[in-house]
Amino acid sequence: MNQNAQRILNNPKFQELIAKRSAFAWTLSVAMLVIYYGFILLVAFGKGFLGTPIGAGVTTWGIPIGLFTIVSAFILTGIYVNRANGEFDELNRQIMEDLK
Amino acid sequence: MRAATTRIAGALAAAGALVPAAVHAAAVEGAVQKQATNWEAILMFLAFVLFTLGITYWAARRTKSAKDFYAAGGGITGFQNGLAIAGDYMSAASFLGIAGLVYANGFDGLIFSVGWLVGWPIILFLVAERLRNLGKYTFADVASYRFQQTPIRTLSACGSLATVTFYLIAQMVGAGKLIQLLFGMDYIWAVVIVGVLMIGYVTFGGMLATTWVQIIKAVMLLSGASFMAFMILAKFGFSPEAMFQAAVSVHPKGVAIMSPGALITDPVSAISLGMALMFGTAGLPHILMRFFTVADAKEARKSVFYATGFIGYFYILTFIIGFGAILMILAPDANGAYPFLTATPAAGAKAAITSIIGGTNMAAIHTAHAVGGDLFYGFISAVAFATILAVVAGLTLAGASAVSHDLYASVFAKGRANETDEIRVSKITTVIIGIVSIFLGIAFENQNVAFMVGLAFVIAASANFPILLMSMFWGKMTTRGAVIGGTIGLVSSVTMLVLGPTVWKAVLGNPAAIFPYDNPGLFSITLSFAAIWFFSITDNSEQAQKERRDFEAQYVRSQTGLGAEGASAH
Repeated sequence: MNQNAQRILNNPKFQELIAKRSAFAWTLSVAMLVIYYGFILLVAFGKGFLGTPIGAGVTTWGIPIGLFTIVSAFILTGIYVNRANGEFDELNRQIMEDLK
Repeated sequence: MRAATTRIAGALAAAGALVPAAVHAAAVEGAVQKQATNWEAILMFLAFVLFTLGITYWAARRTKSAKDFYAAGGGITGFQNGLAIAGDYMSAASFLGIAGLVYANGFDGLIFSVGWLVGWPIILFLVAERLRNLGKYTFADVASYRFQQTPIRTLSACGSLATVTFYLIAQMVGAGKLIQLLFGMDYIWAVVIVGVLMIGYVTFGGMLATTWVQIIKAVMLLSGASFMAFMILAKFGFSPEAMFQAAVSVHPKGVAIMSPGALITDPVSAISLGMALMFGTAGLPHILMRFFTVADAKEARKSVFYATGFIGYFYILTFIIGFGAILMILAPDANGAYPFLTATPAAGAKAAITSIIGGTNMAAIHTAHAVGGDLFYGFISAVAFATILAVVAGLTLAGASAVSHDLYASVFAKGRANETDEIRVSKITTVIIGIVSIFLGIAFENQNVAFMVGLAFVIAASANFPILLMSMFWGKMTTRGAVIGGTIGLVSSVTMLVLGPTVWKAVLGNPAAIFPYDNPGLFSITLSFAAIWFFSITDNSEQAQKERRDFEAQYVRSQTGLGAEGASAH
């Protein structure tokens, strides 16, 4: 293996970066899957609930829940990018710095 | 324009009194589709073409190396790439199709939009930065990183070409029909114009021109759709409740449009469709290719963030536009007339959904006409044309790269081809793909091609995505596992889809489907992953041992970007 790659592998900061970033990425992935499949299962099994009007109007619970699913996708990407481009990239920069 | 529409409506309404069912069928697919020449739309489309050709000229002068041609020199910013990804992904099918679905079924349209969107966060969390750090021009660079080049590149190129071909046929036929309807132009001319323009953009301007065509189209589509949604909501004092109430009162399905209907019948179909959409997005070659146009992993992440925002916003707009369509089309206008229906409903009766001129896919276009008049109708028609062009340009470039970069440079020339030859092969392939897709567009004119986009997604999810994901995440994968798994994914997804209700019953006209589900995603994706696992762990060859040892170096590069491709200096 390339010497630099070996040095990075032995760097505790690299282990820290990997541990933190994978945990974060998988947590957010699971969150997205739970939200999406929760919505799909509601569509398959909870038609009655999604079709219940909110208050006296015709707007049903399905509308805000559907919109929430769309907005949550955007918010989750925002949360990830914010931490990855800040904290994780800083760790990454330090790891590359240690090679010199 | 309105005069022409009303004339057709009048003629059809007169005939409709005699044979209503036949007329409704004719309105969806028959000869009446071709309207009077729409000059506003043609002029606006010409302006778009001239402008984008100008950009192609500019891009051609800056496109010298292979990196320029395939990846726009790696110099696109995250924001620009986010817009371009959105431009690549928001096809005419999603604009017209989802708005039409909402118009016909209400809430159910939202279920589809959500499915198309949720793949993006997963791409960001699991794929984007590793892909950017490992790859150069195509996703096969990543999938074959530590493996034997010939088998993996060949398989990836087959997966890419299959995906691109089915997607292209659907786009070309859609383009022909739409332009015939909107511009009053012959089907064959519409298909030829799309083919010739896309050859022009890609051969001369490469990825740089393609990117800018997608960006411009995304901006046009997003602003047009925003204007429509704004005008619709403004009519109801920006109260969605008031809009929903009005829609419920004119829609034949009444209050049922506010809850999930018959679109999703059982959980297996729902989950299967969800998996195909989610993982298919992460396996589309023309989308994956976009990640190599940015400078580094940081910009790649930003691209997905912006793309998810634009695409999500766009789906919310199409939902509003679909409800607007119910109100503009099924309710009488200020003069008590129904300008977008083939038959005026009887007094006291609700208008039929299917009596819409040109079929439900026209819902968004009619709505544009109703809220913005002839000029805006022309603008939206031009946007629909531009949308198709941007999507086919991206697809063609991805197909040409699979041939030149994966098959020619890596498999045929064993990595010894020089850049000039590689680009030349890519350009020749672009011309061939363009000509072939014109012929396919003409050949499939009268076929039902709606299932082909679904087919493209299922192939991408079952053949491309599993080997791409496993190559980055699983150190024990071997060439044998990847090749067998990917092949099984490709073959099983196509077979199950052909034997399923969409093709076996609806297209081929057999009485019953052999495979029960519309979407085979759940089964073919699982099969592919299982085969990759099984045929890798049982592989103990010398080559397999080496491939496993090489994983650590790949892992370090994928995580840190050590030795990754940078942007070229311009």
